[in-house]
Amino acid sequence: MTAPVLADALGPRARRRVLAGSLFAGALLALALVVAYRRLDQRQQFNPVLWRPFIDVRVLRFLGQGLLATMKAATVAMVLATALGGALALGRLARNGPVRWIAGAYVEVFRAVPLLLLILFAYLALPKYGVDLSIFWFLVMGLVAYNAAVLGEIFRAGILSLDRGQTEAAYAIGLSYWQTMLGVIVPQAIRRMVPALVSQLVTLLKDTSLGYVISYEELLRRANITGVTYQNPLQAFAFVAAIYIAVNFTLSRVAVRLEVRQRSRYGATALSITGAGEDLALTDVKATAT
Amino acid sequence: MRIVVDNLGLYLDGMRTTAWLSVLSFTAALIIGTFVAACRVSPVPPLRVAGAVHVEVLRNTPLTVLFVLFYFGFPRIGVAFAATTSAIIVLSAYTSAFVAEVVRSGINAVARGQAEAGRALGLTFPQVLGSVVLPQAMRTVVAPLGSLWIALVKNSSIASVISVLQLAEVADRLNNETARPIPVFLGAAVAYLIITFPSGIAVGVLERRLAVRR
Repeated sequence: MTAPVLADALGPRARRRVLAGSLFAGALLALALVVAYRRLDQRQQFNPVLWRPFIDVRVLRFLGQGLLATMKAATVAMVLATALGGALALGRLARNGPVRWIAGAYVEVFRAVPLLLLILFAYLALPKYGVDLSIFWFLVMGLVAYNAAVLGEIFRAGILSLDRGQTEAAYAIGLSYWQTMLGVIVPQAIRRMVPALVSQLVTLLKDTSLGYVISYEELLRRANITGVTYQNPLQAFAFVAAIYIAVNFTLSRVAVRLEVRQRSRYGATALSITGAGEDLALTDVKATAT
Repeated sequence: MRIVVDNLGLYLDGMRTTAWLSVLSFTAALIIGTFVAACRVSPVPPLRVAGAVHVEVLRNTPLTVLFVLFYFGFPRIGVAFAATTSAIIVLSAYTSAFVAEVVRSGINAVARGQAEAGRALGLTFPQVLGSVVLPQAMRTVVAPLGSLWIALVKNSSIASVISVLQLAEVADRLNNETARPIPVFLGAAVAYLIITFPSGIAVGVLERRLAVRR
């Protein structure tokens, strides 16, 4: 835990006040926990019958497969969205007017539309036009369409955060536009974007739970099935919530770790994203250049 | 496109629900989030821990999970609300975690000297935070808060999983009736853009107007 930002070393009186505050707040929080515990107890929610499924190997395997399906969708979507996002970023920075315009329009529209709508659209509209794919791919298509727009903006910010001198130097030694982009700019930009990409992966992983809506059998869908089967929706959903928290919390920590490492490596020029985690979509992606 | 024009009333109702769902949730999220941020920077350890738990739990759980947990799970312990009320509670709880992080980053961005000067004048922690640091912090985080507002408008579509009749649900039901997904969903997408695009512009204007020039 970091030191308080707004208070330096406390004096005797402030220490007494903090102690009193701690006792009061602690008592209040303890009271809330007791009330919650008693509520759960009164309603028989600690009944072992409701919790036993989660030590049953078959149930755990069932949910484990759901988690794998979640991870699979997230990974495939992340890889494809990264590729498409990279292309969009290059498109937005292209010298060719129409290319720039089309890439820009794609990004602006797709990041301003709810992801759920895109997934429903893929799932409900595409089959009518002869696109015959599994639910998995419809979910992935929705995720890719949206996240490519978001990642495109992250890429663009990454590229723009590089010092102009890099481009100028590359041109000076006679490299062409594409040689400069792919050989000099993009490799450096990618390294700076790694933390932002990991935080976006967390968002994407959470978003795969929308597969629930189109009955893709990922973790949440399977938790729902468990909850119906054993009549324990509260326990089932709380259990998968804990799994999501564990996975995402770990990933977020990795992102923070990477960002700190980058900042020490590149100084203040490391790419930092305000409000990282949630919807970088319309969050300003700022390169804090010195 | 005929379908959209014929059902314009439904779309407008959906937009209205989406809009007020978002406005109420955002207001609540701002209040809760600012309070949680204040807890996290306070010198009182239990409050700091509680604030951190609030943020990490809510921001690492998918919104869809929160919706089903609250709407289908919580009635088991006697906590049951109508779908629309549930949607507002869940959306504001989820968004509050992100607001808290944004506000906290704003607080950290205010120059240390400000808080030090406040303390030198003999102000207590709540006074320093409330009348010196927070007013400055909020101005610097207008843009990220605006992004959260737009994210919230889009997230409100997930209320469809508990059948709240907002834009996304309107489109879904209309599609079930008419089986014409392309115009139906395109109409809904445009309706969302009608809310989100002007919001983006308004945030930009607000940001420029409130910017602290140093």
